[in-house]
Amino acid sequence: MRKIDLTFYLLLVPVLLWLIILIVLPHFDLLLSSFKFENDDGDLVYSFNNYLAFFEDKIYWLTFVKTAVYSIVVTFIVFIITFPVAFYLVKVVARKYSGFMVVLLLIPIWVGELVTIYGWMILLSDNGVINQFLMGIGLIETPIVMLYTDFSMTIGLVYMSMIFMIIPIMAALESLDDSLIEAACDLGASKWTIFTKIVIPYSMPGIVSGGIIVFMLVIGDYIAPNILGGKSSLWFTEQIYNKFLSTFNWNEGAAFGFLLLALSSTIIWVTLKLTGQKLEKVGS
Amino acid sequence: MIRSLPNSTPYKILFRVFIILFFIFLTMPLITISILAFNDSNFISLPWHGFTFDWFFADSGDRLGLFKDEDLMASIWTSLQTGFVVALLSTIFGTIAALLFEEENFRFKGFLYFLALSPLVIPGVILGISILLSSTFAGNYMEDNYGLDLEFLRPSFWLVVFGQFSFGATYVMLLVSARLKKFDRTLEEAALSLRANRLEAIWYITIPYLKPAIVGAFVVAFLISFSNFNTTIFLVGSDATLPVDLYSRIKFSSTPVLNAVSFMIVVFITIFAVVNFVVNRKK
Repeated sequence: MRKIDLTFYLLLVPVLLWLIILIVLPHFDLLLSSFKFENDDGDLVYSFNNYLAFFEDKIYWLTFVKTAVYSIVVTFIVFIITFPVAFYLVKVVARKYSGFMVVLLLIPIWVGELVTIYGWMILLSDNGVINQFLMGIGLIETPIVMLYTDFSMTIGLVYMSMIFMIIPIMAALESLDDSLIEAACDLGASKWTIFTKIVIPYSMPGIVSGGIIVFMLVIGDYIAPNILGGKSSLWFTEQIYNKFLSTFNWNEGAAFGFLLLALSSTIIWVTLKLTGQKLEKVGS
Repeated sequence: MIRSLPNSTPYKILFRVFIILFFIFLTMPLITISILAFNDSNFISLPWHGFTFDWFFADSGDRLGLFKDEDLMASIWTSLQTGFVVALLSTIFGTIAALLFEEENFRFKGFLYFLALSPLVIPGVILGISILLSSTFAGNYMEDNYGLDLEFLRPSFWLVVFGQFSFGATYVMLLVSARLKKFDRTLEEAALSLRANRLEAIWYITIPYLKPAIVGAFVVAFLISFSNFNTTIFLVGSDATLPVDLYSRIKFSSTPVLNAVSFMIVVFITIFAVVNFVVNRKK
């Protein structure tokens, strides 16, 4: 047996501290809190009441289902918009411009979600830039209501998450050998065939990684639904915020939080299983 | 289709139009805010009333410019401090984690690595409420059993730091790991055979090699911290960070000073991005 490797423990201990204190214990406490309930006598007891509250009130589980469905839809929209962009940046545009364009892509993310979403608020409001422009050129006479709708919320969600789809797809496309496309083209394949039979299957790992990150960001987002969404576009995270920051019912909030975590983990897990990918790949 | 193949003109034009539209979509919010930061109006949006620096320097009546607004300057200062501490902690722990997972083999490694990656797929809200709950538990426990009132276990500067560090370290780990994967192990082995111990080999050989990635990861961690809202909102105490301050202003009292702050952020980030781009291209 080799002697105790000091370096190994010097590396292991900080990592364990980080993961146990800030990841494992907090989520254990989240689960524990979600079962705590203050009964009529004012005592804290363990029960399923917090979860029952979720199923008994229609607004909660409707919001839950809506958030899940919307998040999946937004992820698909992001894919459809960003795939051509990623393809363009890797395979079409001259190399000397692509670096500059990638920098442009990154700026909104570094600026931060709050600022960009605020920018969309200004653009989409009734006397906002887009309405003023459309009225200025005489296309419409009265402003179109765009802000505080599902439409504005979707724009915000797509905008803040799209870069996280582009980067993994670009990484996957980088290694796609151009001669595969050239060969298909020589053999008379149409563009549609080349995309559906070669380019998309080849970049699948990137699409799955990007899809998972985008989905997680969208389902867990608060800023875009809260600032751009209307009263009808309630997001499940907003319910959690309300429980913690307005009504101070932390235990019920914990139950809601755990449900959200379970939902997002399940969908991500199913996606990974269906596509045969590993979380480790998503990380890279 | 691709660079090496001839394209039909309609396809080329259609593709180019799509890309142009995309980049308009991408830059429109930032350009709009930047222009409206100089609008001589008391409302955040159009119409345009002429050019002014009021929203940066004014200190009169109904207009309070960015640099005269003490609350805003205080929240910017808080965010800078938070960002620095979070970046420092994340860089140290993230680099250690990268070294651990790339260079060592041990039981439960796979499970531990899974945990280290989990912040990527845990929504920020959940991290926020989990850390709030567990720190409150710990705080109550310390108070009940030892009579200790520990400030960092209540919503405060340090709790925000811990919350942001919990996922900041993951991003640092990924960035440093990516470079570590390309590292030529024989260099470390050479150091070891020349009678350096493991720690010396890591410190004098591996860390210098990783330096560009470590510096880059520090900057990324700082930027992640500086713009974080979802986790921070649950952990913030009396001194708000910039995003928390901006959020409450957007919701309750928006004046064009918001445009001015946003403009400053856009300018700093753009300068940083361009410098970064030019430096990288020279290499």
